[in-house]
Amino acid sequence: MIINHPLLGPRDSQEFVYLGDASLIDRPNAMAETALDDFHDYLYLRDNPAGSHKELWFHEQGDRSWLVVTRDVTTHEITDVELASDYAKRRGRDR
Amino acid sequence: MRYSAFRLFLEGLQGQSGWKPVWRDAAPQASYDYVIVGGGGHGLATAHYLAKVYKKARIAVLEKGWIGGGNVGRNTTIIRSNYLLDGNEPLYEFSLKLWEGLEQDLNYNAMVSQRGILNLCHSDVQRDAYRRRGNAMILNGADAELLDQDQVREMAPFLDFENARFPIKGGLLQRRGGTVRHDAVAWGYARSADSHGVDIIQNCEVTGFRIENGAIRGLETGRGYIGTKKIGVAVAGSSSRVMAMAGLRLPIESHVLQAFVSEGLKPLIPGVITFGAGHFYISQSDKGGLVFGGDIDGYNSYAQRGNLPVVVDVLEGGMALMPMIGRARLLRMWGGIMDMSMDGSPVIDRTPIDGLYFNGGWCYGGFKATPASGYAFAHLLATDMPHETATQLRLDRFRTGALIDEKGAGAQPNLH
Repeated sequence: MIINHPLLGPRDSQEFVYLGDASLIDRPNAMAETALDDFHDYLYLRDNPAGSHKELWFHEQGDRSWLVVTRDVTTHEITDVELASDYAKRRGRDR
Repeated sequence: MRYSAFRLFLEGLQGQSGWKPVWRDAAPQASYDYVIVGGGGHGLATAHYLAKVYKKARIAVLEKGWIGGGNVGRNTTIIRSNYLLDGNEPLYEFSLKLWEGLEQDLNYNAMVSQRGILNLCHSDVQRDAYRRRGNAMILNGADAELLDQDQVREMAPFLDFENARFPIKGGLLQRRGGTVRHDAVAWGYARSADSHGVDIIQNCEVTGFRIENGAIRGLETGRGYIGTKKIGVAVAGSSSRVMAMAGLRLPIESHVLQAFVSEGLKPLIPGVITFGAGHFYISQSDKGGLVFGGDIDGYNSYAQRGNLPVVVDVLEGGMALMPMIGRARLLRMWGGIMDMSMDGSPVIDRTPIDGLYFNGGWCYGGFKATPASGYAFAHLLATDMPHETATQLRLDRFRTGALIDEKGAGAQPNLH
């Protein structure tokens, strides 16, 4: 697979380390009443869809940036790549 | 029809004209007492034990495709019970014991071959870990032997003992491990289940569950509605997709694992051999092909095919272990989809929905577990209690913290 890095252009996926579902960006609030359940769901449960999947890749052998890659897991076709920091800010995080 | 040498002789005299299809092509009835979703090894084994051991009737197995067309036909056919932890080892050892009596139980030649599995160690530390693992196996009633370098050399002189980076120091041998003809497992269980009255319904995809007041009432399928109060789902690889129809999210990611077969060669490799310094394992099929594999690709996939970097990694592992395989040509390769669970261990348990039971999360371990998985799942369906070998394989262990993490890798499915 070739990942089209937003800053560096097309890179071989071998340069990256895979973490998993991009929902890991949405870390729950540890102070919430429901924190125990929230963290159980956050850490262990996954949607695991058969289709379009937003996921976190780390460019370890490159510029060490985190990317959010949108990929169809039934064909391995990558449809979108963006910096995880941009994605996180759009979801209301400060970094 | 019972199979026997006499039967074979008789059919020989009659021009082989008396053989019949080994299971009926059943059409779905309006309702059943038990519906098993998934006509793979685990689902068929569940139906077999539910009917034969637990004496239940009105059972259906629903299969989206055809029997033997899923993961039971896409594995590397290895059986073993060399696990470390108490949550796992009793189930796998129970499974190995069931394998040993499988052909008699099913009256079907599944070609169970206990040719042994040898895990190689390449350092003193690894030998210590294997000694511990072997002792844990023995404590759970399995067999294990720690071999030194000379004993390994005697078994497999072709290995690269003097590899500069990963010299072979010895190995952990389980003589009762080995290989089984995978398709025959599916066919044997299907035939036996059918002969005990189970309806095996192929080309019947489940499209939804009917749930009222938190309890199962039936399921929608491509061939109409089927009423039932007990559903067992055994669809590893697609667990998340099926259970999502019941509104459940699982501690599972789907990943692709590749496997490879070489051209047919003369008998070469005794038993199953695994490389301890990378991820590579190899055996030889009865047709002579070298059957081998390694790591999962490491990213979510439902594609049933992997990518080249893992192919290279697996073949490098093979070359480091036994350079002679560089002369063999690769015949074919394929990918199978695994339920990779969050702690690397399976689940056989009830779900929060009354009457809905789940069997999945098998990671790489599905094929070897087929008989015990079916037995334990049948026990759960019939009695509502976990089987004694599966008491720790709970769906809520991620909430309670009672994880069964053989590798200690944490909630990172691609590292298990």
